[in-house]
Amino acid sequence: MGKSKNYLISFLIILLFPVKSFGLIEVDITRGNLNPLPVAVSPLSIDDKSKKSFEKLLKKKNIGSEISLIVENNLKTSGLFNPLDKNAFLQAPDIANLKPRFEDWNLIKAQALITGKVSNFEDKLRVEFRLWDVLAGKEMMALAFTTVPNNWRRVGHIISDKVYERLTGEKGYFDTRIIYVAEEGPKTKRIKKLAIMDQDGANNKFLTLGNELVLTPRFNPTSQMVTYLSYFRNLPRVYLLDIETGIQEVVGDFPGMTFAPRFSPNGKKIIMSFAKDGNSDIYTMDLENRIVEKITNHPSIDTSPSYSPDGKYICFNSDRSGYQQIYVMKSDGSNVKRISFGKGIYGTPVWSPRGDLIAFTKLHKGKFYIGVMRIDGSGERLLTENYYQEAPSWSPNGRVLVFYRETKTDDQGKGFSAKLWSIDLTGYNERILKTPTDGSDPSWSSLLSK
Amino acid sequence: MKLNKILKNALLVLLACFALSACATKKVSTSQIQGDVYTGTDTVEYLASGVPDRVFFATNESVLTTASRETLRKQAAWLRKNSDVTIVLEGHADERGTREYNLALGERRANAAKDYLMTYGISSDRISVLSYGKERPVDSGSNPLAWSKNRRSVTVKAN
Repeated sequence: MGKSKNYLISFLIILLFPVKSFGLIEVDITRGNLNPLPVAVSPLSIDDKSKKSFEKLLKKKNIGSEISLIVENNLKTSGLFNPLDKNAFLQAPDIANLKPRFEDWNLIKAQALITGKVSNFEDKLRVEFRLWDVLAGKEMMALAFTTVPNNWRRVGHIISDKVYERLTGEKGYFDTRIIYVAEEGPKTKRIKKLAIMDQDGANNKFLTLGNELVLTPRFNPTSQMVTYLSYFRNLPRVYLLDIETGIQEVVGDFPGMTFAPRFSPNGKKIIMSFAKDGNSDIYTMDLENRIVEKITNHPSIDTSPSYSPDGKYICFNSDRSGYQQIYVMKSDGSNVKRISFGKGIYGTPVWSPRGDLIAFTKLHKGKFYIGVMRIDGSGERLLTENYYQEAPSWSPNGRVLVFYRETKTDDQGKGFSAKLWSIDLTGYNERILKTPTDGSDPSWSSLLSK
Repeated sequence: MKLNKILKNALLVLLACFALSACATKKVSTSQIQGDVYTGTDTVEYLASGVPDRVFFATNESVLTTASRETLRKQAAWLRKNSDVTIVLEGHADERGTREYNLALGERRANAAKDYLMTYGISSDRISVLSYGKERPVDSGSNPLAWSKNRRSVTVKAN
């Protein structure tokens, strides 16, 4: 409870100097990570008094170094940057932050340099940082924040987002969280719990106890609410969970299974499937006035709905053609159009937050693919192939997808695992996300600080 | 529509025959699968003597096979004799599909069994339906035989 309050505390961000737009370094994120930008992340300098006070408060020896490690790790996992070895740095952190000797940084082939300073200001954590263009010998950005000391990890993520944004021209995705299903136990009786963690795997927390099966949690894009499927009392229903307060409620009063929930872009509606008498159709429920609307009406399975970011369209999958394919319709259910026409079956369409693409799962000749296509179904691009993987979820900037992957078992049924993975839209930079247990059904939050 | 299904099933059997002949040297135990549907008894439990508790389905299908209909007629006869019994039909899918679609597919399969029981005089008041999708396999293997055992609707006594 105390900890979750942190998310309510706003960051005080001050622009130290006006940002001038020189034609400085730029990172092209539309291409693969063949040449990640060499960047030096100098440890944030800290005075002895502040260092001791934060050591006592946060049990971290040098909070300045810890924050820069977060930045370094974020930049590295993005695949767009190559943080250089600190042992090669010639200039001390405090002096570098005042005036970098660009020749020294140039010598180790750094093209960008991040420096900064941490201090204790009236028991708050005050951080300033600067981004430098080494080749041009110029400052690109300077910012300072003041926040409660417990927010120190988020400071690292916010710095990462600012650097990413300044160098790529697009919003970052580091100050975010991922909600997912933590899994344990044999495949025939998996125990599943809702879990949440920071995007980099830190601060993992279980939100349910595992007494009932839970599936497919999804964030509200505008708040700290989550919608998911729970088998509470053996009645599979869509639920809402407020992760600040822990309060849960069932969504609507349906005489049967509701599943595959997602929020509308403004967070005010839930869209989901309702199954009755062997037929699944798509419904919405307005969370304010509780009005339920039936969106599709077809004797086939219509499920996995996802809104376009402007709320005007819905993509979903249906087997009305005989097999699972992807369809797009207007948000009132009219103008249903099939958009997937490639070989194989297509499921779990999710509309990119940028609006231009739909990510999906494809099954073809016994292999599962995560891919993207344009919203009219053209330009299909498969990003990754595996024995089993599905359920992509977009990073808030629409550049990275997180999904889960399951392993094939041997003939004795041994060797099963489920893990979270991420991949860039470019198809490069595939990474496993470390979780304390197995994981599935990941959903990426919006940026916590906007 | 019906003719279509029959043709499709015939095609599946034909395909299975091809698969069988192709794998003959590998000694795969495909004798327990016919036309993509499990026909063995490994995982089957009994509601009463001679009354199997489950029926099996082909990939992505919810059509009842001749054997499934026979099993369900036995269940209906048993239910008529034990009129105080209520049941849950638990529908399942194999692991080779997306989670959400499989939830819907499990529901469709359980309802196929429900509809058949109702045509044999069992009141819908006595039947509830619960889909587990791919969440509760009986066989944790990653092979066609394991998947065929997992594509099922299981009749469970609820009281």
